[in-house]
Amino acid sequence: MSEERVVGERTDTERASANGQAGDGRQGGDGRRNGSGRRGGGRRRGGGGEQLMVDRAEFRSYYGRPVIKAPSWSPLDIGGYFFLGGLAGAGSLLAAGAELTGRRRMARAMRISSLAAVSASAAALVHDLGRPARFANMLRVAKPTSPMSMGSWLLTAYGSATGAALAADLAGAAVPPPPRIRLRLAAPGPAPAVGPLLRALPAVRRSATLASGALGAGLATYTAVLAADTAVPAWHGARRELPFVFAASAASAASGMALLASPPGESGPARRLAVASTAAEAVGTRLMRRSLGPLVSEVYEQGRGGRLMRAAEILSATGAAGAAVGGLLPAAARRGTAARVLAGLSGAALLAGSVCTRLGVFHAGIASAEDPVYTVVPQRERLAAAESRAKEAAAKSEAGTADGPRRG
Amino acid sequence: MPKPKRDLTRLLRSWPVYRQLTGEGGDRSGRGAAAASGRTRELTARTETADRVVDSICPYCAVGCGQKVYVKDEKVVQIEGDPASPVSRGRLCPKGSATLQLTTGSARRHKVLHRRPGAADWEELDLETAMDMVAERVIRTRRETWQAEHRGDPVNRTLGIASLGGATLDNEENYLIKKLFTGLGVVQVENQARVCHSSTVAGLGTSFGRGGATTFMQDLQHSDCIVIQGSNYAEAHPVGFQWVMEAKERGATIIHVDPRFTRTSALADLHVPIRAGSDIAFLGAIVNHVLSEGKDFREYVLNYTNASFIVREDFRDTEDLDGVFSGLDEDERNYDPTSWQYEGGGVEPAMGEREEKPLPGATPTVARAGMSESHGSGGPGGVAKTPERDETLTHPRCVYQILKRHFARYTPEMVERVCGIPPETFRRVCDALTSNSGPERTSAFCYAVGWTQHTVGAQYIRTACILQLLLGNIGRPGGGIQALRGHASIQGSSDIPTLFNLLPGYLPMPHAHRDDSMEEYLDTIRTGKGYWGEAGAYLVSLLKSYFGDAATAENEYCFGHLPRLTGSHSTYETVLAQLDGVCKGYFLMGENPAVGSANAKLQRLGMANLEWLVVRDFSLIESATWWKDGPEIETGELRTEDIPTEVFFFPAAAHTEKSGSFTNTNRWLQWHTAAVEPEGDARSDLWFTYHLGRRIKERLASSTDPADRAIQDLTWDYPVEGALDEPVAEAVLAEINGRDAQGRPLSAYTQLKDDGSTSCGCWIYCGVYADGVNQAARRKPHTEQDWTASEWAWAWPANRRILYNRASAAPDGRPWSERKKYLWWDADQGKWTGPDVPDFPPDLAPGTVPPEDATGPDALRGDDPFVMQADGKGWLYAPAGLVDGPMPTHYEPQDSPFANPLYPHGRSPVRQVFPREGNRYHPSGDEPGADVYPYIVTTYRLTEHFTAGGMTRWSPYLTELQPELFIEVSPELAGERGLENGGWATVVTARGAIEARVLVTERMAPMRLDGRVIHQIGLPYHWGPNGHATGDAANELSAIALDPNVHIQEVKALTADVRPGRRPRGPELPRLVEEYRRRAGITERTGMEV
Amino acid sequence: MTDRQEAPVRDESAQHEAVPDGSAPGGSAQPRMGFFTDTSVCIGCKACEVACKEWNAIPEDGGPLTGMSYDNTGGLGGSTWRHVAFIEQSRPVRAPEDVPTAAQGAPSRAAAPSAEPSAQPGPPSPDGRTELRWLMSSDVCKHCTHAACLDVCPTGAIFRSEFGTVVVQEDVCNGCGYCVPACPYGVIEQRKDDGRAFKCTMCYDRLGAGMEPACAKACPTDSIQFGPLDELRERAALRVDQLHERGETEARLYGADPEDGVGGDGAFFLLMDEPEVYGLPPDPVVTTRDLPAMWKQAGYAALALAGAVAAAFAGAGRPDAGRCGRRWGSGS
Repeated sequence: MSEERVVGERTDTERASANGQAGDGRQGGDGRRNGSGRRGGGRRRGGGGEQLMVDRAEFRSYYGRPVIKAPSWSPLDIGGYFFLGGLAGAGSLLAAGAELTGRRRMARAMRISSLAAVSASAAALVHDLGRPARFANMLRVAKPTSPMSMGSWLLTAYGSATGAALAADLAGAAVPPPPRIRLRLAAPGPAPAVGPLLRALPAVRRSATLASGALGAGLATYTAVLAADTAVPAWHGARRELPFVFAASAASAASGMALLASPPGESGPARRLAVASTAAEAVGTRLMRRSLGPLVSEVYEQGRGGRLMRAAEILSATGAAGAAVGGLLPAAARRGTAARVLAGLSGAALLAGSVCTRLGVFHAGIASAEDPVYTVVPQRERLAAAESRAKEAAAKSEAGTADGPRRG
Repeated sequence: MPKPKRDLTRLLRSWPVYRQLTGEGGDRSGRGAAAASGRTRELTARTETADRVVDSICPYCAVGCGQKVYVKDEKVVQIEGDPASPVSRGRLCPKGSATLQLTTGSARRHKVLHRRPGAADWEELDLETAMDMVAERVIRTRRETWQAEHRGDPVNRTLGIASLGGATLDNEENYLIKKLFTGLGVVQVENQARVCHSSTVAGLGTSFGRGGATTFMQDLQHSDCIVIQGSNYAEAHPVGFQWVMEAKERGATIIHVDPRFTRTSALADLHVPIRAGSDIAFLGAIVNHVLSEGKDFREYVLNYTNASFIVREDFRDTEDLDGVFSGLDEDERNYDPTSWQYEGGGVEPAMGEREEKPLPGATPTVARAGMSESHGSGGPGGVAKTPERDETLTHPRCVYQILKRHFARYTPEMVERVCGIPPETFRRVCDALTSNSGPERTSAFCYAVGWTQHTVGAQYIRTACILQLLLGNIGRPGGGIQALRGHASIQGSSDIPTLFNLLPGYLPMPHAHRDDSMEEYLDTIRTGKGYWGEAGAYLVSLLKSYFGDAATAENEYCFGHLPRLTGSHSTYETVLAQLDGVCKGYFLMGENPAVGSANAKLQRLGMANLEWLVVRDFSLIESATWWKDGPEIETGELRTEDIPTEVFFFPAAAHTEKSGSFTNTNRWLQWHTAAVEPEGDARSDLWFTYHLGRRIKERLASSTDPADRAIQDLTWDYPVEGALDEPVAEAVLAEINGRDAQGRPLSAYTQLKDDGSTSCGCWIYCGVYADGVNQAARRKPHTEQDWTASEWAWAWPANRRILYNRASAAPDGRPWSERKKYLWWDADQGKWTGPDVPDFPPDLAPGTVPPEDATGPDALRGDDPFVMQADGKGWLYAPAGLVDGPMPTHYEPQDSPFANPLYPHGRSPVRQVFPREGNRYHPSGDEPGADVYPYIVTTYRLTEHFTAGGMTRWSPYLTELQPELFIEVSPELAGERGLENGGWATVVTARGAIEARVLVTERMAPMRLDGRVIHQIGLPYHWGPNGHATGDAANELSAIALDPNVHIQEVKALTADVRPGRRPRGPELPRLVEEYRRRAGITERTGMEV
Repeated sequence: MTDRQEAPVRDESAQHEAVPDGSAPGGSAQPRMGFFTDTSVCIGCKACEVACKEWNAIPEDGGPLTGMSYDNTGGLGGSTWRHVAFIEQSRPVRAPEDVPTAAQGAPSRAAAPSAEPSAQPGPPSPDGRTELRWLMSSDVCKHCTHAACLDVCPTGAIFRSEFGTVVVQEDVCNGCGYCVPACPYGVIEQRKDDGRAFKCTMCYDRLGAGMEPACAKACPTDSIQFGPLDELRERAALRVDQLHERGETEARLYGADPEDGVGGDGAFFLLMDEPEVYGLPPDPVVTTRDLPAMWKQAGYAALALAGAVAAAFAGAGRPDAGRCGRRWGSGS
């Protein structure tokens, strides 16, 4: 126990030195176990935050240096990409819903925001490349093993569909309206006076919108796989929950945009979605932290990641509440200026919340990559578990050996 | 329109997705063949596309790793290890791996630079003009400083010019440098060998007869126990260390005795921390252990050493005289070694007669400078060939009994007090050594400058020699003493010496008066027995190769042309001569004394007092730029405009740009072939020396001045080749090898004659050009021959790999054991046989007893394995040859925190000390003020750097591995002085103060000895103010205190203080040092007692 | 140590391990080539680092003194393809959990526990300090059987060569940086000024010429051995046995087990302590092992999202009455 304490103290100097302060304490003072830095129970002593399980196996590292490399991605580019992808994708679903339920303005607004968002996200992606001129290489191969490869193809398809939908929509707007008819699922045919191309427009618009919506669902969630498919403990460890968190965050972003951009009369679904997605995100992040365990989930609770995640929750909740309140107003009041302002603020809060979630996840990942404890300890625990399982197996059958299952 | 279609399909094919879909190359996942780009498919190694591959040798340390140089479009594109080499087996250390950057890097200079007296900066100069100017300076200075006579004796010399450097150069270059300067009457010719391994020549030479390692590195694999002491083998000679690892894999015990736990210790079975400067006490105690417990290899000792010889009655040991030997003259600080002789020991020894007045500041012993080294290849003259013996080894005055008494007080308890080594650890070392020696087993010692660089350096090595002789480990496989040399050809620059006291082949330079005539000279070096009996033939053949037809029997073969010594003219005395205005011109040929020599400050002040300085190197080293950015400029002690020195910088050619031979630590001459022509003004030192000599000879051709006769007579007709008129190196090698009267190449030094019918530039190298074939260039892969690899390169002497190998067989000629079989007597064929060339007359039968009147080789008995020794035996006791005693004695270093626990005499009474401004010594032991410098500093090398840094500090790939000067201290010392790991510290001595980063490490252990805890500080010495990685130079701290035998400096054990933080800048720095001197009460008398 | 010649790259002898990922032409006689780094004979000379940089013309990337023993390189990266680690220990670290686990070596060897110090205990120094150990180890890209960097590379810049090695094609890489966090060993990295990702290619060009990689050729003590992977694994197994017999019971293999999280390393090691002491992950797993599951989760999430949106609209019914008058934007 006392050994553990000493060890713990060493660790703090170790951490300091790991952060580049001339390495004092690494070899200085007590030069023992030089190089094989350890730390035990009291990791956070002096660092604040909650205690970790004291019985955790002693942790050793190479001068406190990270085992894996954190992504060199810029938070704005890639965090932004996550956000914009979600906004676009979920937005297209809203556009599809609006298309089908005749919410013309909402549909157009979401088409515009989605196309803008997806274009911006693509730009962010290219901007983040070490060799932007070579962005086309993204379509050089098609690799199911690479979420980024799949994503590039998805982005291409989605972008075209969304573009087509908006183009058809805008083009169609220039066309004289058809004779009044009842709403039916099939788009109304154009007047005989117009050319066959124009006659096809509504059909194109609708099918493109639906396609964009379908692809958008994928776009909003695949980025979770993109992040989880790395060695970054806070991402890979959250691989089960992360897609749902991203989906929820995408939905609240899109609903926020819808609140901002569509007429009050059409924003009902957005309000519902806002409330639902915020709730879903709150549940999702909690499940995520639970499966990460007390150690790794630190990065979602402390430091920049923690602050952003908290901010996200507050913003989304506020936005959702605002949306709900707005939705409860009598129909007449909904068109009032106050209501519009409220809707606007709620929308903005929801969007901001989504941004914070993505950046929070991003920074939590970086933090978990930069400290070797998050890499080594979970793997050690996994090995220990495998060991004990193996021992049990051995105990059960004579055939069993010390050679336990390799994977935790 | 089919064409665009084809383009389209080609385009499609080049799209990996298409290849994935078609599954061409069996890769649908896009992770293999399908993803390969066109460039990837065309990729080829640049070694494949090279125009030619040239055989070469690594230019760094003396392991001598084989290299392959790949050339494309007349540019070197890759250098890597040569797998055929038996030494390196294709491997290279980080420095060797960086030779591409060394030779082709941007740090190399390609223009001649000139600094006018007082000028603030360089100007570019055309090469031809520069050469003419240097020739003119040499002639002028030589005239102005010519000495025809010195106190009535002819000396024919100048002390106005000096040259330093040669260990990094080829043998051929060293030969021409020594030849030219000797012809010019310049005696102050020195090289790195002086400051690195000169004590080796004296130590090994007086013990065995030759000054080179007794064995070769590959033989270490057969050792049963390897003691590495005074060497950081794994770090300083990484590729050679593979042979230690081989031995370890075969079960050998590896012991590392060192003040620090190094990368060598990490691989050793046992690390023994020792107090720096106490090795003689440690080794002496092992000698005592072996003698007192009768663990010596008696039959070997009795027959192959001088154990049974009787010493004169008037000899007195340190036991009788409180730590000094008989014959000490306290006022003159020297010994008269007459009483050390054998009973009836013939004539007086060569040395110790006719005092002359020494140079200013020098202590008198140096007057008889350098004779010890001249035994580097043979015993001293004047020793009886068959002294009286007592085969029972019981006679009180027989060497065995004297040795026993002398070392009796070197007990384990004393080891603990002096060295800080606990008795149980000491015991383990003794047991490992004794249990791994004898007929069935052999042990080897490996050392380097950790032993040589002391005021008693030669005696360190002597102690190991005594031990190895007692254990019967010399001349046998897996045995021997490996002196690890540190420069590519530092062995060569001792054999073909650019050293003041030697002529090629360890013939001594003649001294004034004593050696007026050739006969007088020969009398002092000729031995009655062994191959030194033929010294006349070696000398005359050398004079013939120097002076050609001008050398005739009538004029003593121009013996009179040779300049004479009147004392020591070593590099350190040269520096003092510069300070005194005696030496005015200075050549630096690939050496960097401003960083690499002891008391770097005096080195620079000496240069600041020159009329002219010529620096030849790759880059602008500190010795070339001190006048504009040296430490004294920063402190204000010197002002550039006041410095009168004219400086020339000549860019040097790299080993890839010239042909020549390096002699490695195995004594192997290995040839490297020029791969490309040097760029710009870069030239080989062969080119420089030859064309400088040519110019000088042309200018003096018509002179009638008798002073110019020698240079006029000097033969200087070497063929040149190529656009640059590069002298043909092989022609020089052929001259070194020697020719018979018909001009045919000789094949062995036994063919040399003293009648002028043969010429030979270096008798021990005779045979390297046998049959007109460059034997040094032989590169038969080690995989195609036995482990001695006798067909790879050529080893001196006579291509022998293990020296004294007659001792690998018992006196009766049978191998000591099957396990250690090496050389044996084949009675049927009547000759010695085995894998190696016998180091013995090949047909001299074991039992042979020569007639009394026989001389030279004919006087050798059948059991005289040490054929160069005057008595044919290995010397446990040195009746002559060393000026500081016939047996090693523990004396404290010049600056030591301890009084000598063994004797009242703290330090060697005859050590060389120079009490002058800027070279103050510290109080030691219990003297007042000693506590001002309470810590021991020991200097050393790192794997990643080389010597004074000239070949590594400009290489980014190497400097990034060790970017800054650092000191290594224990956590305890760090705590005591408040030092932080990674932080700064300042180390202070009476000479200077430097700053360094701190590495706090348990590898530095505080030592508890004599009831005190003593801390040691590790200090690598590679850094200097110039280059890619800069730092202070360790030699700012060291003083000039020398071993009297060979004038090597003591830099392995100093005392100093260490304090946290960076050193002061500007004038504050000298003030800090002065303040320390004041506190310690240092005067010109401090540390001067006898 | 064997008297090593240039290891034959093209070895026609049968029964060699197949090149993984089926990316090499099926049934090729070319065995999978690899590194075995035996740290028990490493002298920390860093020849591997320099030889690598010289051959591959890698830019210098050094900094000031790190204070980390003799390691001034720090770790592997875009401009450091070999890195020698230096670990100073004041006593052999030996605890029950030191018994190497599956991830670190074949249990038959790993399972031998002992309380004996590995090296002969050195002299106790004045303050009773015991044996020092100075571990040195040359780290390098592991050339995993299941390589995450290779799996996730979206451009095909990283590919599996015919030697079974993992190679980055600098003419293709667009610097997306995905491989960097994907590597469980933290090997590959983007070069700051260049943007592209670099790592050890096991000297792909030299292998093509039948030569061994520059680092292995330079290594003075044969700590770095190169050859057909299965041969190296046999040699390594024997070496561990040998060391255990000598009492060096801490010796264990790392990355030699084809059953581990990355399917075994093409460059594996003999370590004298736990992997994390050298900065290596104790139980690395190729992240793409869980990719199918991740795709599934993403699919569910996408459906949930779509469902949620649908529900939102379904619940919402018609847009507010009164606005229906002007559908399809006829302004009038």
